Amino acid sequence: MSAAPLLQVSGLSKYYGPRMGCTDISFDLWPGEVLGVVGESGSGKTTLLNCLAGLMVPDAGRVVYDTRAEGPRDTLAMAEPERRMLMRTDWAFVHQNPRDGLRMGVSAGANVGERLMAVGARHYGRIRGAALDWLGRVEIAADRIDDRPSAFSSGMQQRLQIARNLVTGPRLVFMDEPTGGLDVSVQARLLDLIRGLVRELGLSAVIVTHDLAVVRLLAGRLLVMKEGRVIEAGLTDQVLDDPQHAYTQLLVSSVLQV
Amino acid sequence: MTGAYNFAYLDEQTKRMIRRALLKAVAVPGYQVPFAAREMPMPFGWGTGGVQVTAACLVPADRLKVIDQGADDTTNAVSIRKFFELTAGVATTEETQEATIIQTRHRIPEQPLTGDQILVYQVPIPEPLRFLEPRETETRKMHALEEYGLMHVKLYEDIARHGHIATTYAYPVKVEGRYVMDPSPIPKFDNPKLSGCPALQLFGAGREQRIYALPPYTQAVSLDFEDHPFDPGTWEEDCALCGASDSYLDEVIIDDAGGRMYVCSDTAHCRGRRRAGHVGAMGAPYEEAPFKEAEG
Repeated sequence: MSAAPLLQVSGLSKYYGPRMGCTDISFDLWPGEVLGVVGESGSGKTTLLNCLAGLMVPDAGRVVYDTRAEGPRDTLAMAEPERRMLMRTDWAFVHQNPRDGLRMGVSAGANVGERLMAVGARHYGRIRGAALDWLGRVEIAADRIDDRPSAFSSGMQQRLQIARNLVTGPRLVFMDEPTGGLDVSVQARLLDLIRGLVRELGLSAVIVTHDLAVVRLLAGRLLVMKEGRVIEAGLTDQVLDDPQHAYTQLLVSSVLQV
Repeated sequence: MTGAYNFAYLDEQTKRMIRRALLKAVAVPGYQVPFAAREMPMPFGWGTGGVQVTAACLVPADRLKVIDQGADDTTNAVSIRKFFELTAGVATTEETQEATIIQTRHRIPEQPLTGDQILVYQVPIPEPLRFLEPRETETRKMHALEEYGLMHVKLYEDIARHGHIATTYAYPVKVEGRYVMDPSPIPKFDNPKLSGCPALQLFGAGREQRIYALPPYTQAVSLDFEDHPFDPGTWEEDCALCGASDSYLDEVIIDDAGGRMYVCSDTAHCRGRRRAGHVGAMGAPYEEAPFKEAEG
């Protein structure tokens, strides 16, 4: 365990004109930790994630990331080339809809290889080798490497998106509803895969979801959001088993039992 | 030159605007400079960009050559040559070495160019990243930040699909280690001629309103992979008319039984060789054409 948090967020706020997206969010993310963010639709979860990942510019606050080369840096004050470099090497972003995160016009192998080529890989054989390796790790058959993602099922597309993101060995992964829109058996398999990869690679992750089962399985710590604010935070099991805030109690009691 | 047009058709203020764009393009090799392309009396796709660049470069003492796919006698070449004969009254030629300005569609002449010449390319789509990234805002940012990984994704896809880099024309080049540039749809066979060329090379895209340039002796490296190096391609055949073994050949179907011949796409080069006494497998000894088409 290193001494400094990987990501330090303080006072993060984003407004859409007079409307609030999220306000005054602060937390630390430690190396190897998985943080879940739950809340109902419109509570500001995705806004928060986009601000953290540099896809949106927040109106206030700081996002300090512990870079490999230069230690803690405020990513919002970074020059754009530097931030984009970070986004395609040390960070990963898994979209809810794999079509947003994949290049649908090129083959699976090219999708996985794109990040490698973006950081300067120029050896076809090695790029293809890495692509094959990663397809295997996300349980996609090697003979599908030259197929386009449009020929894949949505579960496979989501796994391909994960492979494409992890191929450069990122340390921090942002996931926006990674299991949204998948049926339960495919969800279970994907969750199992993500859990394995997170443990195996020692990834830190911020996972936004409205599905409490997902955070129960993956996240060590939990933020509960409502109307743009964090209303409760703590260890996942603690928050889910003994919710303190009325909204969290409602959320936990709303889960259907089979 | 007739009195109805300003010299070379465009008004002087428009030429001035284009020359400013040209100067900027020369100063930043490979960078696409936006310019306010005018409507020209020909459809987009017929060389409106090249014609505007040529018009901005022409002076009365120039001698113009226009080629289309290497040939001086195809529709596009003939009509543009006539256009400048009419509006600028400049001399024209079909001989590469006699020309001071050569406007070209999709070829670079076989004969090496000199420092006294300007080569003007007609460009349909100036953005090499376009087919992978449709957003102009994003491609501009990618150029600005030198994020060119996507170009290799295209080449990767070629190898994955065909076993080799199957891009045979408009093959992207990196200019002086900085900008990735679309050399217009010239065959990749011509790519090596782009680099270190003594002539000034100007590229005009009319519909897309972009101008870019390769100043003399600029380095232009064709993109490739370490284990799949760039290959300009060769033919097993020689030119059937002049016997050239080192020029770019067109395949011509000559009967209904699958018969074909390969001939130089650069007609001036082929004629010059035949005049010098070279005869290919299907060629007859050279003789001057008995009559010449009326000029102008």
